[in-house]
Amino acid sequence: MIALGQDEIAKYPFLADAGQYLKDKGFSLEQFGTDPDLKQLIDKAYDRILVAADGKIYKSDLIEDHVSKEAALPREVFSFLLAIVLLKLCGMHTLIKRFALAEARRAEKYLERDLSNISDESKKELAIRVIDDLFSVQVEKQDDYFVIPVSDYLKHSINFHEREWKLINRHIENGLVFLTPHETVRLIRKELGTYINSKIINAKTPAMIPGFEDSVNKLALLSKKFATFTVTTGEYPPCIKHAIDVLEKGENLPHSGRFMLATFLLSKGQTVNQIAPLFKNAPDYNQRITLYQLNHLAGTSGSGTQYSCPSCEKLKTQSLCFATSECDNIINPLQFGKKRK
Amino acid sequence: MQESDIKFLEESFKKYYFEHFDLIRVPERTSEREFGYQKFNSGMTRHIQIKDDKELHLLFMQNVPSDVYCSNAYYSFPNLPMNEKDWKEADLIFDIDAKDLNLLCRESHTISICNECNEISKKLKQCRKCNSTKLEKKSLPCKNCIDSSKDEVFKLFKILVDDFAINKENIHVYFSGNEGFHVYVYNSQFQQIGSRERSELSDYIMLRGAIPETFGMKKFKPNRSSFPDFDDKGWKGRFSKYMYGTKSKRSKIISELLVNGYSSFQKTLDNVSENIGVKIDPNVTMDIHRIFRLPGSINSKSGLTKILCKDISKFDPYNEASFLSDDTIEILANSPLEFKLKNKKFGPYNNEKVTVPIFAAVYMICKKLARIA
Repeated sequence: MIALGQDEIAKYPFLADAGQYLKDKGFSLEQFGTDPDLKQLIDKAYDRILVAADGKIYKSDLIEDHVSKEAALPREVFSFLLAIVLLKLCGMHTLIKRFALAEARRAEKYLERDLSNISDESKKELAIRVIDDLFSVQVEKQDDYFVIPVSDYLKHSINFHEREWKLINRHIENGLVFLTPHETVRLIRKELGTYINSKIINAKTPAMIPGFEDSVNKLALLSKKFATFTVTTGEYPPCIKHAIDVLEKGENLPHSGRFMLATFLLSKGQTVNQIAPLFKNAPDYNQRITLYQLNHLAGTSGSGTQYSCPSCEKLKTQSLCFATSECDNIINPLQFGKKRK
Repeated sequence: MQESDIKFLEESFKKYYFEHFDLIRVPERTSEREFGYQKFNSGMTRHIQIKDDKELHLLFMQNVPSDVYCSNAYYSFPNLPMNEKDWKEADLIFDIDAKDLNLLCRESHTISICNECNEISKKLKQCRKCNSTKLEKKSLPCKNCIDSSKDEVFKLFKILVDDFAINKENIHVYFSGNEGFHVYVYNSQFQQIGSRERSELSDYIMLRGAIPETFGMKKFKPNRSSFPDFDDKGWKGRFSKYMYGTKSKRSKIISELLVNGYSSFQKTLDNVSENIGVKIDPNVTMDIHRIFRLPGSINSKSGLTKILCKDISKFDPYNEASFLSDDTIEILANSPLEFKLKNKKFGPYNNEKVTVPIFAAVYMICKKLARIA
């Protein structure tokens, strides 16, 4: 574990060992529930979660990297640790996810600032080390940019759907991708979120602490707001329509297209016997093979793995995507026509 | 395929494997690979583990396969079912196939075999005899096909070396045995990346999914200074050379691009991608569990050998990949197209009995354009 200074713990509180930190400062959780002065911190923690649930980033008391007042530092860390306690007591996963993401974005800001810090070499080194230790991405400084191996870049960038993150839209030299400090940090946002999320999930859930009940109850109410309902139009997306068209005309649909069509329809609940006749017109149709392959995809034969419909990204690469405006930035054909209510 | 044809092909293949086993390149870390094979008129047998070349030799002699395959992936347990194999890593592979290059010559050397009535003709849309649309197409690739595929290999090679810093010695190019080339990359930083990462790598190599901003065209307030230069590294430099032609035209072309605007630039990019993107088959590169034709084995689509190209610019598959016997045999040939093998011309044949060398007989039978008389 990286040795952290005072300012660093406030910036990256998830790196601290929560229990140890409280002990070092001479506090127990029970005190926060009873001591009127400390109880304010529960409200602060609650606010921190509320801001996160709203999709915003918690505004801390840190000014320009430094703690505004000597006393603010423990408060800053306590509110984070108490927020985790509240989340554990409440047990709502949607809130934990939102909180982890917001905290990741908060830490991202500091990481970025530390990376671009020209006056303080040690801050930059810490940021580079955090990125390397937590996410095994080896960042190196080259002129005004940070460079990382293409293979490391790809492992993270494939989680982005924006086109500017595609490798083709990056500057590459000698097997390295060139990134700004902002991009370097943005690249690991999801992993940072996952890291914080898993730290919360893996933390022990304490028994209810007197004085915490109100905030926990309020959180439980809050999380209900995020339950979503979806309705579907039932219409097929253009890629699927196209594939069916091709087959109906008796033209050849490539293997990848057949895979897409079959997995899509299977996911929509159709049976192998319902799907098989679609392929009758294919130039190389063979009933026995078609049934064998469909059963394989459905997981009813072979390894038992149920194959899922490929993502839009993959279909684009395979020239099977015929997106229309109705697709509305979905990332998998199965989402087509689904409206959140 | 009829019994007598299969018997003939098996005998010819067996003789080849007996005499030319030295051409078979047993891949490194043999026992970590998955092998598979097919016999004529039969399905695939895969999930086979092989210890060394002796065991491989035995497989050839015992089974007389029509095709033999080997994984680019390394597994802890190559003989177990797919999800128990424990995938470790995989060499990076690219497939360049003449049929994917949209070449104009294509139609002139492709014929169709009707699935219903077996009629062979140069008509490609519908059977001329029974009007069925269920046609199997066979192509006898020409010099233009091979040369155009080679151009793609050169383009790919340059990107691998220049952009990805891959050591030239770690890139091996093989003639696929039919219509294209397989490019293997060993020991690169990409050994351990998964399927989605490889798909991204393919898009890069094919120049797909680029946005105008990448080549200097901004959506708002575009300006001249952000456009790429002739000597830029990577796609920016290649884009410049293609778009500007010469350094002196740079300024004029940029003015045109700016006048035409952002959305027109996106169309220009699609066109550029079609012209200078490398035409690899992305499905092959992103598949990390595939088994590939084993180098040195015969491709049953042609009877030619998948062979390492030491000097690809001079490589002539119709001379250097045909290793079968010069002895002659009588066949019933029905090939509307003529072709050249080992510097000899054959065909066209109109359903006639001819006596030809075994290498040519195998070629035609594999292409379903002849049978044993």
